[in-house]
Amino acid sequence: MIWDWAFAIEILPRLGQAAIVTVQATVMGFALAATLGLGLTLARIAWPRTALPISVGVELVRSTPLLIQIFVLYFVGPEIGLVLDALTAGTLAIGVHYAAYCSEVYRAGFEAVPRSQWEAAEALNLNRGTALMRIILPQAIPPVIPALGNYLVALFKETPLLSAIAVLELMQTAKIIGSESFRYTEPITLVGLFFLGMSLISAALIRLVEARITQGVRR
Amino acid sequence: MGVTPLAIMLGLTAAALWWLAGHEDYRPFMPGLVEGAAVTMRITVAGAILAVAAALTAGLARLYAPAPLRWLAVTYVELFRGTSALVQLFWLFFVLPQFGVTIDAFTVAVLALGLNVGAYGAEVVRGAVLAVPLHQWEAGLALNLSRRQIVARIILPQAVVAMIPPWGNLFIELLKGTSLVSLITLADLTFRAQQMNQTTMQTGPIFTLVLLGYLFMSLTITIGMRLMERRAIRGLGRRA
Repeated sequence: MIWDWAFAIEILPRLGQAAIVTVQATVMGFALAATLGLGLTLARIAWPRTALPISVGVELVRSTPLLIQIFVLYFVGPEIGLVLDALTAGTLAIGVHYAAYCSEVYRAGFEAVPRSQWEAAEALNLNRGTALMRIILPQAIPPVIPALGNYLVALFKETPLLSAIAVLELMQTAKIIGSESFRYTEPITLVGLFFLGMSLISAALIRLVEARITQGVRR
Repeated sequence: MGVTPLAIMLGLTAAALWWLAGHEDYRPFMPGLVEGAAVTMRITVAGAILAVAAALTAGLARLYAPAPLRWLAVTYVELFRGTSALVQLFWLFFVLPQFGVTIDAFTVAVLALGLNVGAYGAEVVRGAVLAVPLHQWEAGLALNLSRRQIVARIILPQAVVAMIPPWGNLFIELLKGTSLVSLITLADLTFRAQQMNQTTMQTGPIFTLVLLGYLFMSLTITIGMRLMERRAIRGLGRRA
């Protein structure tokens, strides 16, 4: 018997519990990525001097594997007095990693806002801060929401990496079930199906949002 | 970033590695990590070749093949883009043997990562081909070229230029993805690092070297792809 339905149904509740941890890590990781990424981009605009160190930092984070970054935060962190539990360390690493990607997305958004918008704000005697927050930001963010959505899906699919530091998310739970029962087929296939389902749903949602936004922008 | 700052970063990374390799806290780890890096590079190169082949096949099949093949290509792309790379790796490594198919870890690594990146690449290929202006196709027709000739001689050479930058990103993703193979018992750079970390507890030095090692490889890929892009643009007779 290659596929055992009874076993598959029996392990569903445990996988469901684990799915909650996966979703938790995704939501918190993406919240961090989206805010920190925006922060980096705004810092770059507000203080041009920070542009070089920020782009070097972004390049460093994007050029090294997330798995290693998770290990560094989890294993090297305690050596410098940063003791985090596995889920926090993992979520933090994922968040920072994707913040680097998101900051590039935001940057593209800001660069796409015509310079004349800055000039118009200046002509209306708005200061730089107000111009940025009230004029530029509202035009820069909506066009990049689909791109951010793609990174949300990508981030979601990276959460199985947390199993490497023993966070009890989906993949780790599937592995534990596998080692307890010597049946890997059902748990790992179910995890795969879960990711496939969630990814397809979110891809459809992103297309929907995209359609909405392009409608809103058309004048 | 431009090529020059990237080259400076690469130089600094190489210098840092060289300097640390001579340091007594770091020296003992170098031989093992170099061996691991060699495995990482082999998987990256083999995976990249498979990814390009899979992407060209699936991308072109999706555009030009008859319906059943087209559906196959769409299924492949959605399946591999929709599930996690780690899940794919584990599925091929743990589940496939239960169906009587046992593949060694290295082949599993190359297959899973190559096909995963290839699925993203198929969309890159498709996008780049669609971005070639339609009148190029019409010009080919006017010259009485066959469909095959138009695709191979007119459309693809122009599409390749647009493909190079996204492929650069995909190759970096592939390189970073190879760190996952440590979880299916392959002795790559990450695996060696974990192993040494468990036996010596010298976490700081080991992971510093590993990060620098990956950085060195990524920057090499990035710079290589940038240079290739310049060449390709020149080959088309456009401005570099």
